[in-house]
Amino acid sequence: MRKADGKWPWVFVLPTFLGVLVFYLWPLVKTLYDSFTESGPFGGATWVGAANYSQLIGDSEVYRAILNTVVYTAIVLLGIPIAVLFASLLNRPGLKGAMIYRTLFFLPYVAMPTAISLVWRIIYNSDYGALNQALKAIGIDGPSWITEPWFALIAVALLGLWLVIGFNMIVLSAGLKGIPAELYEAASLDGASRTQQFRSITVPLLTPSIFFLSVITTIAGFQLFDQLFALLGPANPVMPKTQSLVFLFYDAAFVGNERGYAAAVAVLILVVVGLLTLFQFRLQRRWVNYD
Amino acid sequence: MTDRSERLGSNRLAHVVLVLGSLVMMFPFLWQLKMAFSSQAEIQAIPPDLLPKGLEWSNFSEVFQRLPFLRQFWVSVAVTTGRTVGQLVLCSLAGYAFARMAFRFKAVMLALILSILMVPSQVYLIPQYQLVQRLGWLDSIQGIIAPGIFSAFGTFLMMQFFKTIPVELEEASRLDGCNPWQTFWKVVLPVAKPGLVSLAIITVLTSWADLLWPLVVTSSPEQMPLAVGLATLSGYEGSISPGVMMAAALMAMAPILILFVVLQRRVVEGIAFSGLK
Repeated sequence: MRKADGKWPWVFVLPTFLGVLVFYLWPLVKTLYDSFTESGPFGGATWVGAANYSQLIGDSEVYRAILNTVVYTAIVLLGIPIAVLFASLLNRPGLKGAMIYRTLFFLPYVAMPTAISLVWRIIYNSDYGALNQALKAIGIDGPSWITEPWFALIAVALLGLWLVIGFNMIVLSAGLKGIPAELYEAASLDGASRTQQFRSITVPLLTPSIFFLSVITTIAGFQLFDQLFALLGPANPVMPKTQSLVFLFYDAAFVGNERGYAAAVAVLILVVVGLLTLFQFRLQRRWVNYD
Repeated sequence: MTDRSERLGSNRLAHVVLVLGSLVMMFPFLWQLKMAFSSQAEIQAIPPDLLPKGLEWSNFSEVFQRLPFLRQFWVSVAVTTGRTVGQLVLCSLAGYAFARMAFRFKAVMLALILSILMVPSQVYLIPQYQLVQRLGWLDSIQGIIAPGIFSAFGTFLMMQFFKTIPVELEEASRLDGCNPWQTFWKVVLPVAKPGLVSLAIITVLTSWADLLWPLVVTSSPEQMPLAVGLATLSGYEGSISPGVMMAAALMAMAPILILFVVLQRRVVEGIAFSGLK
């Protein structure tokens, strides 16, 4: 530690620090406090102790939202093995057109989720949508994707999966580039087949990237909102059965005007995401290689 | 040692898998393009045609009649620009101090700033809304921009970047009699361009697509960015034809997609750099 640089550091740091203090740290404390209060009809709030939390524990909508969020996240996690497959094919030496493939796979990730959701909504349309038309062509009677609760949730999850694959591939490509070519050369000298090399070199050495992606995917999955809102529409009668925790929060805070209860839902999201992240870090020792 | 023919053979299989994969990834975009130029009858035709019969430009002109599209487009541009410029300035200033300077409470301040990365954004949302309400900024562009110009992630990204820059330049500038402020603007920032570009790309992408925050702070259609305007269209197939919706979605995405294709390598590097701290 050198001697302090006088007043200059403050000029540099204070704008961001004060902004973070006012717009993030204070709101964090206030939400924790608000979750123990109830907002009155004319503003103001009364202390209600743990009432919001007991309401939360007794609310069947909360359990349904957690279940929906788990199902959504589980489906989007499939984006990791899919991306491992495509990324390892893309990174083959001497593959022509890799850059073009990369662009095509990555486009969904940079598209606006709210805009592309409108496109998916029409693809999912049960009468004239492309998906059910395609299913019909192979003799399957497609479900009504937007109005049946479980199908609607799967529809949102497939969209989420499609959106995330390009991002996963970028992260995995960076991981693949870090694998020394000598390893593969040595393995093929020993007579290992492509499949064996993939299993015993590629996958183990990609585990740090895979771990990173599984943490990121889970955190993002539990904050599902945009695709759900834009694909199904907030007024969709199916919503109570397909909503995510964040939609429940939004509905309580800004539609139902139950700010205290909404704050408790936000705290629940914080706790669940925190626990899941902790759990994944605990588990990583068993399967992630960092050597 | 794999011989040449075997490698070509397996690369052929790789191409088959990759082509099928990219078709699935591209289908919604191609379908959107097709539908944007199709009439209502063509969109609802069973079985659907793969190509539109003619080019139905009326979908595009109807977007401007049915929605405040240009106004919302402008709001999106203003919000994205405001957030990006704000973050570039504030995050690089703070990141530089954390990377290079010694001062009291540095560790505590950094820990506090980074701690907000661990917390889902919904936790901040209601109090942020109340703050913006108290400032009288509900339903305004500055209200949408306000919390988003401060970024723990951006500060961290810039701090990590400045740590990789050699100190000699700054030393020389200091010996020339420049104060840290002058050194930062004249010497450090020009060298920090790759870091700034990464941060700018990520901020532009997230601001352009951001939904939840602008959804809660805006109430009138003229003050909404496109992301909100489009999201609130879902479920209105009855009143707005699918072709018009597709044309609107296409025009809303076009700037970001074009930007990405032009700056592709930078975008990929930026995202890889930010993803793999």
